[in-house]
Amino acid sequence: MSLIEIKNLEVHYPIRSGFWNRVTDSVKAVDGISFNIEAGETYGLVGESGSGKSTTGKSVVGLEKVTSGSIMYQGKDITKKKNREALDYNHDVQMIFQDSLSSLNPRKRIEDIIAEPLRNFEHLSKDEEKLRVLQLLDIVGLDADALYKYPHQFSGGQRQRIGVARAVATNPKLIIADEPVSALDLSVQAQVLNFMKKIQREFGISYLFISHDLGVVRHMCNNIAIMNRGRLVEIGTRDDIYNHPIHIYTKRLLAAIPETNVNSRAEHRASRLAVEEIYQKQQDKYYDKDGLAYPLVPISPTHSVALPQDVAQEIIKQEGEVQA
Amino acid sequence: METTSNFLNIKDVSTAFKINGKYYDAISHVNLEVNHDEILAIVGESGCGKSTLATTIMGLHNPAETKITGTVDFEGTDLLKLDEKGYNKFRGSKIGMIFQDPLSALNPLKRVEAQISEVMDYHTDFTAEQKHDRVMELLDQVGIDNPKRTARQFPHELSGGMRQRVIIAIAIACKPDLIIADEPTTALDVTIQAQILDVLRDIQKENHAGIILITHDLGVVAETADRVAVMYAGQIVEEGSAEQIFNSPKHPYTRSLLRSMPQIDKQDDDLYVIQGNVPSLQKMPTTGDRFAPRTPWVPASEHEADPKMHDLGDGHEVRCTCYKNFEFPDQQGGVKS
Repeated sequence: MSLIEIKNLEVHYPIRSGFWNRVTDSVKAVDGISFNIEAGETYGLVGESGSGKSTTGKSVVGLEKVTSGSIMYQGKDITKKKNREALDYNHDVQMIFQDSLSSLNPRKRIEDIIAEPLRNFEHLSKDEEKLRVLQLLDIVGLDADALYKYPHQFSGGQRQRIGVARAVATNPKLIIADEPVSALDLSVQAQVLNFMKKIQREFGISYLFISHDLGVVRHMCNNIAIMNRGRLVEIGTRDDIYNHPIHIYTKRLLAAIPETNVNSRAEHRASRLAVEEIYQKQQDKYYDKDGLAYPLVPISPTHSVALPQDVAQEIIKQEGEVQA
Repeated sequence: METTSNFLNIKDVSTAFKINGKYYDAISHVNLEVNHDEILAIVGESGCGKSTLATTIMGLHNPAETKITGTVDFEGTDLLKLDEKGYNKFRGSKIGMIFQDPLSALNPLKRVEAQISEVMDYHTDFTAEQKHDRVMELLDQVGIDNPKRTARQFPHELSGGMRQRVIIAIAIACKPDLIIADEPTTALDVTIQAQILDVLRDIQKENHAGIILITHDLGVVAETADRVAVMYAGQIVEEGSAEQIFNSPKHPYTRSLLRSMPQIDKQDDDLYVIQGNVPSLQKMPTTGDRFAPRTPWVPASEHEADPKMHDLGDGHEVRCTCYKNFEFPDQQGGVKS
């Protein structure tokens, strides 16, 4: 059984207008998505800004009111507050935010910041609590003198590690990481990603890793879902997505990643422009008449793509010919 | 490269900021040249002084709080000797600047057309009609589909990519010889980033401009730059063509940076982490190799007492001698990467 099963999740925001301020339309931020997160794996959720990936993440933690659909955890639907409380869900699921400075209270010391989830969920004595906080700081590689400092006294990478320490404080089963490294420098990013992997190995935590950086996602994630305008366009294993992408949107995202190989710069640009041209010209082939993605159809046990079955088969055939 | 004339010569430039009554060097003794028809990328982590270099060239520092030495020779004029009035003749007309955050660089109360033609009010004697035509031409040049509609819109009505295009249009309105782009795509999605970089490259070809591209993203550099200067702690540590920097990096810092990127073939390994932190301005070492504290396994004898740039031929230069025998700790005695 999967750790989390998301079924037909929809989050719509109402648009009000007119004299009576009635609901006239809605923004479909998340429009019917389904996927499962297995225990101990890192699940990547990728998309451009505005695709609804952060809204999905917030719904999974319970920060967003869900319009319809269900998120099953241990057999119960945790979109209902009652079930979340009964399961101690917010103890088991934690979050790491993108902006480490605004997600830490500037008037609290690091000790209090990291101890806050412990104080909420675990009733420890003062000494036990302090010991635990020190352990957590040690896990993320910070010294004990960090205890009495304030968030502004740390660098961006250190603050993000404090965020990681706070998220793992309650020994959660799942951590939602919403763009955890996109504000960080390359070498600091490497540090934080290494810590996240180390913690996963030691405690068997699952991550829902939300990011727009396909290079980082490839490094971190076993399974990946690509999101576009509130719907999933393709899900699959890392190999499926990076080596055998089917949907044009996935191909376009992959083609846009800058290559560090200077020698093949011209070819890379040409292939990117070719993909971009197909994307612009064949909108009606890949999207339905409202410009939204089709429902997902499976094309292999692990790989699904949002296309009508016949179109998907046709593309697979073409790809096969190109490779042969 | 030899045939093109360099029109911007940065010689021995240092910029020091005043903190608690003392001056600290944010960049020290920087030498750079920019030629027509080339994109020079300046790479480094935050705090290495790359943006300070840009603002120094543009003369955007408060003279009461900063001390700038050296010369910035731009087409025969030393920019650092100019007063505010003299600078204004260059800014916007001969030198264009593109900022990182496109929303805060635009005036929220003015329509796009008014913002673009504002530059021309100062630097040209175009009639209203000529200005309007030029605005349409510019918006078309930066790849905006419907210039007429966009010209009438306010910045908040545009997406991030569109705003950045407008900023580029403003920067190139008077056909500057030099464009300084400070992290032009950092706030944008990858697909938009690719488009913006294409626009920059096309403009550079059309106008024969020189572009200084400041970024921390090595992928962006590999895709666009002709020449690359790597900065660490206020100094240039390595300079060369894009091929030289990416195919045979020499300085330990350049090699460490390239190594800490997520790689395709090593996806389950841990990423390489550079030990320690970038020193803050007040704690910046002033003597010796500034990167040495972050490679503690390298014996002190490998470093120069006062590291100089060494010419490796074909315009490839590297600071300090420690690159010669440099190896990562996990590769010592093994193959060199």
